[in-house]
Amino acid sequence: MILSCEINGRAVQLNIAPGETLLHALREARYLSVKRGCESGDCGSCTVLLDDQPVNCCVVAAARCAGRRVTTLEGLLDDPLMKRLQRDMVDAAAVQCGYCSPGMLISLYALLRDNPDAGDHDIRHALTGNLCRCTGYVKPVQAALGDIKDREVQS
Amino acid sequence: MSRTDPALKDLPAGSRPGSTKVVGKNVTKVDAFKLAKGQPVFTDDYTRPGMLYAKVLRSPHAHARILDVDVSQALALDGVVDVIWHKDVKPIAHTRAGQSYPEPSPYDTYILPDKARFIGDRVAVVAAETLAAAEAALERIQVQYEVLPALTDPRDALTRTDVLIHEKADSRGISEAGKTNVAARIDKQVGDVDAALERCDLVVKREYHLPRVQASHIEPHVSMAWLDEDDRLMVRTSTQVPFHLRRMLARILEMPEARIRVIKPRVGGGFGDKQELVVEDLVSVLAMRTGRPVRLEFTREEELVAARLRHPQTITMTTGVMKDGTMLANRMHVLADTGAYGSHALTVQGNTGQKVLPMYPLPNIHFVVECVYTNNPISGAFRGYGAPQGCFALECHMDEVARELGMDRLELRKKNHIRLGDTDPLSAKLGEGKEGLVRIVRSTGLDEAIRLGCEAIGWGDKPAATRPERRRGLGMALAMQGSGIAGVDWGAATVKLNDDGSVNLTAGATDIGQGSDTILAQLCAEELGLKTEQVLVLSSDTDLTPFDVGAYASSTTYISGGAVVKASVQLREQLAEVLSQHWDCPAEEIVFAEGQAVSPQGQVMTMQDVALHCLYKAMVQPMATASHMSNESPPPFAAQFADVEVDTETGQVFLNRFVSAVDCGTVIHPRMAEGQIEGAVAQGMGYALFEEVLLDGEGRVLNPNFLDYKIATALDMPEMHTILVETDEPSGPFGAKAAGEVPIDGPAPAIVNAISDALDGVRVYRIPATAERVWQAMKDAREDS
Repeated sequence: MILSCEINGRAVQLNIAPGETLLHALREARYLSVKRGCESGDCGSCTVLLDDQPVNCCVVAAARCAGRRVTTLEGLLDDPLMKRLQRDMVDAAAVQCGYCSPGMLISLYALLRDNPDAGDHDIRHALTGNLCRCTGYVKPVQAALGDIKDREVQS
Repeated sequence: MSRTDPALKDLPAGSRPGSTKVVGKNVTKVDAFKLAKGQPVFTDDYTRPGMLYAKVLRSPHAHARILDVDVSQALALDGVVDVIWHKDVKPIAHTRAGQSYPEPSPYDTYILPDKARFIGDRVAVVAAETLAAAEAALERIQVQYEVLPALTDPRDALTRTDVLIHEKADSRGISEAGKTNVAARIDKQVGDVDAALERCDLVVKREYHLPRVQASHIEPHVSMAWLDEDDRLMVRTSTQVPFHLRRMLARILEMPEARIRVIKPRVGGGFGDKQELVVEDLVSVLAMRTGRPVRLEFTREEELVAARLRHPQTITMTTGVMKDGTMLANRMHVLADTGAYGSHALTVQGNTGQKVLPMYPLPNIHFVVECVYTNNPISGAFRGYGAPQGCFALECHMDEVARELGMDRLELRKKNHIRLGDTDPLSAKLGEGKEGLVRIVRSTGLDEAIRLGCEAIGWGDKPAATRPERRRGLGMALAMQGSGIAGVDWGAATVKLNDDGSVNLTAGATDIGQGSDTILAQLCAEELGLKTEQVLVLSSDTDLTPFDVGAYASSTTYISGGAVVKASVQLREQLAEVLSQHWDCPAEEIVFAEGQAVSPQGQVMTMQDVALHCLYKAMVQPMATASHMSNESPPPFAAQFADVEVDTETGQVFLNRFVSAVDCGTVIHPRMAEGQIEGAVAQGMGYALFEEVLLDGEGRVLNPNFLDYKIATALDMPEMHTILVETDEPSGPFGAKAAGEVPIDGPAPAIVNAISDALDGVRVYRIPATAERVWQAMKDAREDS
């Protein structure tokens, strides 16, 4: 079947199978920032925006996205807020293996877009659906807060 | 300790801490931006035309002979290209442990076995045009099993010989094959523990129980294999051990290493679970049979059922101590469950004592291991590699001894812990599965770590509970680990100068997210006076980079970093030689700093001009390769502290604050070192409080998903304080030791000791310390009193 929807601001048509998840459809269409970690909605590696709200796209049927807006990290690379978050994640050394980073960035983006003054607890709450096994979340939270000491990066 | 000590390998004299420009700085992690942009850099982000999807049919029985497999109905399905079972592959016994050759793990494993040894063991593998077709094919494979009695309790496995999980003919290197189910035994003694215990004022004996936990890297195991234009086997895989993998694949596929290339792209976490051949053999066999690219990725359920688990152990600690707190003897007895196969069985359990007991270098130490096969899921390598289990038992036991002695638990530790110049009493008796090398402590920041950690947590000044039904407590633990395996681990690196003054650094060292590419780039940049971004790192491709054992045993900064320092210094010497002729000055007086070469007369050339001179006038390619190993494995140290509250009505534990003070030698990249520690604390906290892979009585995993197997989320984390205590390790590059594993050892005992402090000595001896277990311990204590 054909799925017509908007991905990253462009109208697209994807050939999908009945029951196919949005995660599978997006990766097949080479939106590869969307990662597969559990396929049960528990880890958040596949977080994307569906009509501007963060969802785990591994538990969203692709067919349910007809006529809706899907935004992946690829679609936000020129967005000022996303660029700020990426810069801060990098400066804070919040990116270790980086597998959970795209999903984490999408969750943080949605939070800070709606609540630019989000504090530590808001950030942790927004990140609870994004499992990270590397960082202990200290550096990602610092990055989201923009709370990075000695920011001048030396080389 | 003198730098000329003959025990030390020859790192160049220049590679010391001090006025460094790059080492010790928070440079931008070399791969961070592409990862933060979600670039397609992981194994599964690549695809090849005609790629097939593989799926594994797994045994529903814990122990069963696979008599016959009928694949005809599966093959008849549209899109199914190949189905194989044990009759289709030559049975070559091997170990899947990614260790140096000859591996100290028994050869007890086959690509496809003729006997399933746990619920989830490989029975057959399908390759199909789509994942859906592969999954559908699994349903249509008919298997005839002869179900056998299974052993799932390690105590049964230790004594029963009527059921043998591995028969003699099936294996190589299981010392008791055909007689018992013991996979490995260790019995090493320093001094005479029994005699010493007789003399002691107090003997304290306790039993501690450690659970199965899973590494839970967010990227699952995933590999793809294909044949290139020359019919060579290409394996792109998420691994910690590319060079060991190539060697192991060559052996079990009966082809020379020259026919195989292993490529490691970015890896989404490993933590030991990818120090093992878990999926690579299957995609290789299928690619060779079908002539098509084949990809296999584990589901999360497969990760929890069929990847590797931290060995569950029961540890009995016996300690003899005098009234003044002088400890005279420690005995550690370990009963461990390696599950169906014995990869890492001997060495993980060896580490349980070897990495842990030297914290208190007593004159009498006895370390005994019985590691048994069972029909449970497979245990293996997981960050800490046996030490988290041993550290939990020892550091909980220290609190128990102090309590019985009526002595302050911090004072007991201070009185007995290892110090600068001490010899590790176990290292010579116990190396990597054989006799080891003598280890002397040449650098330690342990006293400073204890002091700073105590200050940060407010030791001796217990804060009040925040609610009336809660009790509050503080706990601590000390930990030590190693930096690589002495005399075994080694790596190599090549540095090559380019026209613009940049260099290519190619290294076998394996970045799995911990940031080793960045650390190695910093070391190289420092030695050559370059910026980190002028060092182009390519790591872990068996065709393109020199050898390295891989990312394990906390070895990369210390061992592979040594190779990078040596290669960089050699390159610098080559440049100086060329310039000395150009400038007519002694080579050793030319200085390389801030992107320039400067002669003793003050002549200056940018590195770009130096490169152009070498390549187009002198016509030489400046390029150096160096190897490095160490007969040392200097211990990094940690002092870790927990502040908890316990709800006395429910038993629930709240971790308020956690402090880690860690001596990892010279810190190469402070923020990344902190990140190693913070991540380890998150994993250690899960070990302490909520992580456990649960089995039913038949060996079936009951919680194979992230909903039921909980790992820490951002909201679970306590307030964290991380303190880096710098020391100068004479055998390490710029004085560095290791940081990756030591901080995972202390969280569980520190947290459980804090619970006990909150509850006036009531203790849980089995982790995770779930609300139910803590509540039960409180109830038992009330009933006893």
